[in-house]
Amino acid sequence: MPAECLVRITDVNFAYDDRAILKGVDMEIPRGKLIAIMGNSGCGKTTLLRLIGGQLKPTSGEILVDGQSVPRMTHDELYAMRRRMGMLFQFGALFTDISVYDNVAYLMREHTNLSEELIQDMVLMKLNAVGLRGAHHLMPAELSGGMARRVALARAIALDPMLIMYDEPFAGLDPISMGVIGQLVRKLNDALGATTLLVTHDVQEALLIVDYVYFVSDGQIVAQGTPDEIRASTDPFVHQFVFGEADGPVRFHYPAPPFGEELTRRAAHA
Amino acid sequence: MRKGVFSAVIELIRAIGHYVNDALQTLGFAARFLVMILVYSGQSFRRFHLTIREIYFSGFQSLLIILVSGLFIGMVLGMQGYETLQRYGSSEALGVLVALSLTRELGPVVAALLFASRAGSSITAEIGLMKATEQLTAMDMMAVNPIARVVAPRFWGGVISMPLLAALFSAIGVFGGYLVGVVLIGVDEGAFWSQMQGSVDFDLDIVNGIIKSFVFGIAVSLIAVFEGYDAVPTAEGVSGSIKRTVVYSALAILALDLVLTSFMFRGV
Repeated sequence: MPAECLVRITDVNFAYDDRAILKGVDMEIPRGKLIAIMGNSGCGKTTLLRLIGGQLKPTSGEILVDGQSVPRMTHDELYAMRRRMGMLFQFGALFTDISVYDNVAYLMREHTNLSEELIQDMVLMKLNAVGLRGAHHLMPAELSGGMARRVALARAIALDPMLIMYDEPFAGLDPISMGVIGQLVRKLNDALGATTLLVTHDVQEALLIVDYVYFVSDGQIVAQGTPDEIRASTDPFVHQFVFGEADGPVRFHYPAPPFGEELTRRAAHA
Repeated sequence: MRKGVFSAVIELIRAIGHYVNDALQTLGFAARFLVMILVYSGQSFRRFHLTIREIYFSGFQSLLIILVSGLFIGMVLGMQGYETLQRYGSSEALGVLVALSLTRELGPVVAALLFASRAGSSITAEIGLMKATEQLTAMDMMAVNPIARVVAPRFWGGVISMPLLAALFSAIGVFGGYLVGVVLIGVDEGAFWSQMQGSVDFDLDIVNGIIKSFVFGIAVSLIAVFEGYDAVPTAEGVSGSIKRTVVYSALAILALDLVLTSFMFRGV
């Protein structure tokens, strides 16, 4: 495996019971880059993040993170790896019973022996990076959606992770918050020298900040390229996705027999 | 017609089979969950302040309802007991009646029932909502074990609180019986206390009562944390889990009480 590749996914299949979610996915995430995985809802994007984080095991195939096979890790090895990962959940998943400050300090207290003074400096530094140093005393319930997402971002980068994964960081945000989060994702990746994996379906926002894009549809990678290549793509799926067209390769209708046929059948039964 | 009845019977047997199968499976999961809690308890005890916090939330904050209920039940026992005993001219035995009823049965059982509805339901709701808002998944992704960090402290908080609450319930209940029997009705104070002292056996009555409340504490706490952790992560799922915590806890307390009583007080 080339040294510059932090995550390598080779021919990964995954199924819930009999329902195939991922079908032979190959993917490479180079170190230091910001990679987006895009696709419509339910296409297997979040599953991919959970496979990389080791919360799910693939049915077949290999997932290497920093040269180590995730599916073959023991519980302790998995936890050791996760300490070097940061993950932002779709709705932040902040701990609601503790303050913003304690949320960001949580991992430092759990995984390090740092003194409270040092933790205080680090927490305020992380909160300052997301612009919320002044909100450190608030409880999660007192934050707006965009602020909660930024606190979760500060928590995800608390221990300067090598890999940061974002699950739909833009979902449900107003355009200003969306832009703020987008810029933060890019800046934090570059400032920390980390590698970032961004799962999203907000194409326009993501294309502004990422280095490379993978398009997933129905459990397979259907297109990939740099933002410029994606914008110029003539692939019907990419075109439909980037320009938000209602119908195309991704059908508007859930599979069903033709409506006319169904009406005729019902009329015959009546 | 006969075929219809036959298939209905088959359907019924199948439904019962499914129900029993599901129930056994859930019981198996709960047993495995208890083993997991015990395995990760060491990790959890290293941060004992987490357990202390849970003792405060489920134990200390249940004190008011436990003490008020205990007082009322003791007072009712005093009234009803006097009413019956005085018919046989043995109203001095009121102290014994009140103390034995409370330490052997009412203390552990009623305190556990109150504990299940006050603290058990809130533990289930808290863990269930943490699951629904992905806080448990987030914790696991941060390499922090949710069973050691969230579940075990709540379990032990309940197990430790329960016998203490039951003891306080019985103590204040005896005081309630004294208030009604001695202060209001006028039963002889000396007889009330001395007969109680003479008839209540430390090992047989007090210790057995504590053992009962300890067992109830394990049952209620396990049901509460399991139902929360196993909740379907939706509003409806969490509400169903809370309901099950209260119902299953009540059934478990009463069934275990029958079993424990039949072992403890054989031939007494």
